[in-house]
Amino acid sequence: MEVGLMQRQWVDYTKSLFLEDFLDSQFIELQKLQDEGNPDFIVEVVSLFFEDSERLLNDLTAAFDQPDVDFQKVDGHVHQLKGSSSSIGAQRVKNVCIAMRSFCEEQNIDGCLRCLQQLKQETCLVKNKLENLFRMEQQIMAAGGSIPSTELIF
Amino acid sequence: MSTASSSSVRKASEAVPDQFPAGLRVLVVDDDPTCLMILEKMLRICRYEVTNCNRAEDALSLLRQYKNGFDIVLSDVHMPDMDGFKLLEYIGLEMDLPVIMMSVDDGKNVVMKGVTHGACDYLIKPVRIEALKNIWQHVVRKRKNEWKDLEQTCVDDVDRQQKTNEDADYSSSANEGSWRNSKRRKDDVEDPEERDDSSTLKKPRVVWSVELHQQFVAAVNQLGIDKAVPKKILELMNVPGLTRENVASHLQKYRLYLRRLSGIAQHQSNLNNTFMSAQDAFGPPLNGLDLQTLAAAGQLQPQSLATLQAAGFGRSTAKSGMPMPLVDQRNHIFSFENPKLRFGDGQQPHLNGSKPMNLLHGIPTTMEPKQLANLQHSAQSHGNMTMQVSAQGGQSSSQLMQTPQPQARAQILNESTSTSVTRLPQTMQPSILPNGTTSAVLARNEFGNNNRGGGYNLVSPASTMLNFPLNQTAELPGNSFPLQSTPGMSSIVPKGRFPDEVNSDIKGSEGFVPSYDMFRDLHPQKPHDWDLQHVGVTFETSQGSLDIPPSAFSHQGYASSQQNGQNRNTSTAGKAMFLLEGGSDNGNAQSMGQQLNPIFVDGSVRVKSERASDISSQTDLFSEPFGQEDLMSSLFKQQQGSIATAESELEWLFHHNTPV
Repeated sequence: MEVGLMQRQWVDYTKSLFLEDFLDSQFIELQKLQDEGNPDFIVEVVSLFFEDSERLLNDLTAAFDQPDVDFQKVDGHVHQLKGSSSSIGAQRVKNVCIAMRSFCEEQNIDGCLRCLQQLKQETCLVKNKLENLFRMEQQIMAAGGSIPSTELIF
Repeated sequence: MSTASSSSVRKASEAVPDQFPAGLRVLVVDDDPTCLMILEKMLRICRYEVTNCNRAEDALSLLRQYKNGFDIVLSDVHMPDMDGFKLLEYIGLEMDLPVIMMSVDDGKNVVMKGVTHGACDYLIKPVRIEALKNIWQHVVRKRKNEWKDLEQTCVDDVDRQQKTNEDADYSSSANEGSWRNSKRRKDDVEDPEERDDSSTLKKPRVVWSVELHQQFVAAVNQLGIDKAVPKKILELMNVPGLTRENVASHLQKYRLYLRRLSGIAQHQSNLNNTFMSAQDAFGPPLNGLDLQTLAAAGQLQPQSLATLQAAGFGRSTAKSGMPMPLVDQRNHIFSFENPKLRFGDGQQPHLNGSKPMNLLHGIPTTMEPKQLANLQHSAQSHGNMTMQVSAQGGQSSSQLMQTPQPQARAQILNESTSTSVTRLPQTMQPSILPNGTTSAVLARNEFGNNNRGGGYNLVSPASTMLNFPLNQTAELPGNSFPLQSTPGMSSIVPKGRFPDEVNSDIKGSEGFVPSYDMFRDLHPQKPHDWDLQHVGVTFETSQGSLDIPPSAFSHQGYASSQQNGQNRNTSTAGKAMFLLEGGSDNGNAQSMGQQLNPIFVDGSVRVKSERASDISSQTDLFSEPFGQEDLMSSLFKQQQGSIATAESELEWLFHHNTPV
């Protein structure tokens, strides 16, 4: 595939991610931090996020498996997930975290469990999306092209 | 004092000074690895020097280890091992660095909490790089405010000071005279740097003489530490010429000192601090008062005290931590009245134990004779206050001076064998607490840079416990340990044991140096030194006001591993407990600008504080060998290299005083 085409595809894909709220402006901020000295910054941060979120989701699942759910602990985990997801711009994930926190406050187990399920889905989705995006970027670079600046496409 | 030792871990000098804010040394604490990575990246883009931490405890130990190694701290609010606000408090108390809180929580309550706990800013996550670009303003602002406070205090106090001095009623006029003489002498020998500082400052400071402080403490006790407000304290004290502002700033420092004592006691774990308690026979009154206040303030851990006491009596306490003699928890009231407390009656003959006695248990310090000699030496050379360090190693009360840090000034241990401890010819020159820090107790050990005249813990003079850093044995040749001092002295110390922490140790203050390093520090002498250099607290002898009973200012220093500045509680003859905190750093020889001016009530003992300018060179604190060897000095000497400027807490009080 020729570079120009790949780049256009990349642009479209990126736009859709933003429009569908998978990503928000924070992601753009992160992209700005990446530079030649640190070309893998975004990939690293995102990978770190997914590792961390997996751990958190496991902890959350375990917490609800207990006979007595420790809502404070649950809230702590959700809070952290909220923080890290917002740091990378994973908006949908963050939104679910916000919803889940209210359920926690109400000590609504069902509500929480539903949210937990959603969290897992959303995390998985955004992970796939980003993997696709990165792959496309790699292909473009491999073909000698450059990645357009995200900012410019909006 | 030479602020020069900027052997801090991260030297500000590494950054080009005129590229500020580039090179600003930031410590980031966040348990979320994703956020941490992003923040670090952003901060590096801002050209700051970044250090990461994902645990609050690690952050605290880093900060303690590298005093003066950081300019600002960014911390998350929700962390698993410690609440961010708690961390904020500790940092404020111990290091007084600007702290910015961060959280994804933007609720009003949380932000308000940040404000009330003293955060200088609150950022909502996700943090944008633009927000980080301006964080340097907090550093500048803080320094500016501190300097202003200091100046303000000076200005206000000068008149009052003069009046106070005139009215000073020292029990021993002879002492006073000699103190004055010593003072002059000290002035002569004063460290040029200090002189510079004072001259730079050029403002007279209020001298919080021992008596004055006593009155202050009495007033605070009467009102209750929680309810003590400057206005009421002022009324109770009824000292002509004293302004509310003077009291307010003194109170702030005192509170900080007290808090620090308790906080530090809790936090420090492994240091064996030697305590230096300057026991001097300053007379019971002060001791009692201070101790009570301290006790009230709930600062010392009970065990610490117990340990100390035990140590004092020659029993080895099981705990290895250094007993924190001076302060006890709020609920534990030391029996200050009991001078035996630690140093038993008079010398503690029983102190001997097979181990060199260190008052502090666990501290195998023995002051070798030569150390003492050194101390004396240094003392002499400095011509500063000679602090009688009566630390007896093994024998009688040992005031352990510990100054793991080289800077230690010779601690002044005064032992008051009798009410008139006049031994100390040293004059302690109270130096004004340069810091505008809020609490008196700035036990900040600053690494590498001068310490700010951090909080001092006023230790009741009665017992000055010197904590000797591990290696020192508090054996004062020939001196009976000051602790034993007069019965009147309540040994503050031994009561508690320092909870394993070093905190309890009293850092031997390295001599009192008339000049306040702090002042110097406040002025950014080193352009690149962003952090506030700690100001060496030098005591400027207030006009004849302080005859400081040998207060042992031993500071810091844990020669041993402990890096943290430990606070030493030295009890000046009954008056104030000074905790000297010396950050023990590796190799940062911070000159302790601070001098502890033990507040001696009746000036029987004059302590001269000398500023240990350098770790290696320290200890020259006592100009007059009273026969008391300056335990502290030797200790300090010992400390070489390990301690970064240790700020003697005692000094805070003295710092208050303006050298006129």
